[in-house]
Amino acid sequence: MKWQFAQRLWQVLRTVADDDAYDRYHEHHAQFHQSEAPLDRRAFYLEQQRRKWSGVQRCC
Amino acid sequence: MKKLFWFGVALLGACALGGIALHRGETINALWIITAAVCVYALGYRFYSAWIAAHVLTFDATRATPAQRLNNGRDFVPTNRWIVFGHHFAAIAGPGPLVGPTLAAQFGYLPGLLWILIGGVLAGCVQDMTILFMSTRRDGRSLGKMARDELGPIGGFAAMIGTLMILVILIAVLALVVVNAMQHSPWATATVFATIPIAVLVGLYLRNIRPGRVIEASVLGVSLLLFAVVGGGWLNDHPTLGPLFDLDALTLAWFVMGYGFIAAIVPVWLLLAPRDYLSTFLKIGTVILLAVTVVWMHPQIKMPALTQFIDGTGPVFGGKLFPFVFITIACGAISGFHALVASGTTPKLIGNEMDIRPIGYGSMMLESFVAVIALIAATLLDPGVYFAINSPAGVVGATAEAAVQTISSWGFPVTVEQMNSLAAAMGETTLFARTGGAPSLAVGMATIFASAFGQHLLALWYHFAIMFEAVFILTTLDAGTRVGRFMVQDLLGHAWRPMGETSWYPSVWISSAVVVAGWGYFLYIGVIDPNGGVNILWPMFGIANQMLAAIALSVATGILVKQGKLRFAWVTGVPLAWLAVITTTAAWQKIFAVEPRIGFLAGANDLATKLAAGLLPAKQAAVAPQLIFNLKLDAVLTVFFAAILWVIIIDMLRICRRVVSGRPVMPSSEARYVAIGADGSGVAQ
Repeated sequence: MKWQFAQRLWQVLRTVADDDAYDRYHEHHAQFHQSEAPLDRRAFYLEQQRRKWSGVQRCC
Repeated sequence: MKKLFWFGVALLGACALGGIALHRGETINALWIITAAVCVYALGYRFYSAWIAAHVLTFDATRATPAQRLNNGRDFVPTNRWIVFGHHFAAIAGPGPLVGPTLAAQFGYLPGLLWILIGGVLAGCVQDMTILFMSTRRDGRSLGKMARDELGPIGGFAAMIGTLMILVILIAVLALVVVNAMQHSPWATATVFATIPIAVLVGLYLRNIRPGRVIEASVLGVSLLLFAVVGGGWLNDHPTLGPLFDLDALTLAWFVMGYGFIAAIVPVWLLLAPRDYLSTFLKIGTVILLAVTVVWMHPQIKMPALTQFIDGTGPVFGGKLFPFVFITIACGAISGFHALVASGTTPKLIGNEMDIRPIGYGSMMLESFVAVIALIAATLLDPGVYFAINSPAGVVGATAEAAVQTISSWGFPVTVEQMNSLAAAMGETTLFARTGGAPSLAVGMATIFASAFGQHLLALWYHFAIMFEAVFILTTLDAGTRVGRFMVQDLLGHAWRPMGETSWYPSVWISSAVVVAGWGYFLYIGVIDPNGGVNILWPMFGIANQMLAAIALSVATGILVKQGKLRFAWVTGVPLAWLAVITTTAAWQKIFAVEPRIGFLAGANDLATKLAAGLLPAKQAAVAPQLIFNLKLDAVLTVFFAAILWVIIIDMLRICRRVVSGRPVMPSSEARYVAIGADGSGVAQ
């Protein structure tokens, strides 16, 4: 029970921190875009950062 | 039972607020403030936000969001509400709610507290939630695009120019806060400098060694940052290395400008992205630690509820309680900047319209609570100490003796010995005239942390707090310069197409240089100003930020009226009217007040007269012509802000009148209704 809770907490932390962004992308890709080859980890990371920092992301 | 519970919350909140308002003792416990705040937020969220969601905006749980309809696994992704909450909160929470309440503490703790609570619940949270909702209904369009679609090209243009201007002022004032915290402090300077190679190291780790492993990299980076705080202390005492980092404000200002330019042109993965991960971890960790420690230690607030400075003679910045407390505390009560984030990435992640209430209203509530905590940290200091740190030399006198004499004569006793021993305990040579809010907040934070974890660590906590503030101020500086660069590229692209290409190097360099020169100019003037610069720049930033909020609320009010919800238009209309009143009054006073510390033009005249009469010391006389020019420029800018504000309000009222009298207006840009399908995606009806 405790173990499950800790695992869930870790999963939430990973998602909030963008740590599992690639895993989520991979899952989505396998489900909807099987015809194209997925990006590798590094290419995905760079693409993700480029997109993230093209708009207003930080406030005062 | 539920009714009884909420009745209890209301009663407790009323008692706490009443207790605070009527309290006339020497000190008051911070727990009263926390209790009042929590009750006000709970009631605001439970009742007001629920009512707005159900009756004014009419959230629809069956309607597919853009994330569901346009899900592409990249920018449009339906995401768990708490994760979006985390991202949204991290994006809106910056240094603003820490600095504003600290500066406004010169009026006493009560005005700031009431404005943060009332403004937060009735204006700021409403703005964030409404704009997030309206952008979600419009495929995640930006505020500028919504203004153009719903009000017309004038509104759209005003929103874009307003955003660019506010960016420039915001970055300048934040850079000034960091420079003031670092000047002649080898420890702070070394620690803040060390954050740059640490961020680059984390960036390389995230790109080359373990791509995208954010948690590992952040743990590594935060450990290194803590190590840098300790290392800075060692360096401070080093006979040859220490003096190398003992820099004056002007040198540091040039460093920050150079840094800002480089940060805007290098790839984001190298500096900006890793710095942001570090600052987010640090920010959330420190805010939680601070909140828990404040509740645990429940310190006494030593600042009076109201000080005599409500009459406009305050040393931290000039101007009366009305309107300047509402201008000084922007973030934490209402911040127009949030409307840009709420119409940026967040709406593209919303998985269901019902999530908009916790994300939009809830995140802002939390940010408002951060402002309350900052207010507590500033007001738990002895008022004499608070004023000694935050008053510029130009107001209280250049020597320590003169400063303590002036401040004690106001009825806030403080001695040179007290300040010297405090500075020594914090590992600094002096804490006099460390304006900008960051050092006094750091002293407050260090005091409360040390009271919980041991007094001998005071200097470490102080420099940890400075590093913590600097890290996310520099993140805002990097990110802001980059956004400014994109906007300038977009503008220049209309004149000559190649300039609009975001990755063409000459365009990148020129537009980055334009943005850095913009804020660098104000930073430079702020540094050479003997009155500290913050007292000019922070009110300008407040006016600009409230102007942006007024633009957002105008768009929201216009949309409500166009949808036939005229009877509910007061929900955004009343905060808009209030902002229009305070921004216009503040702008008017900043331009025309005869008091040289408040009015820009009076200040310029005063300085020119003194210069002509030869009354200024040689050092001040040398910079006086630049200061005079700057004061006039500030007056022009303030006129410009007020003009933009009224152009958009009148444009909105024009649209509303057309609607009411049944004449045609631009059609609604809301996306068509699509129901949520069984698989969670959108299904056309």
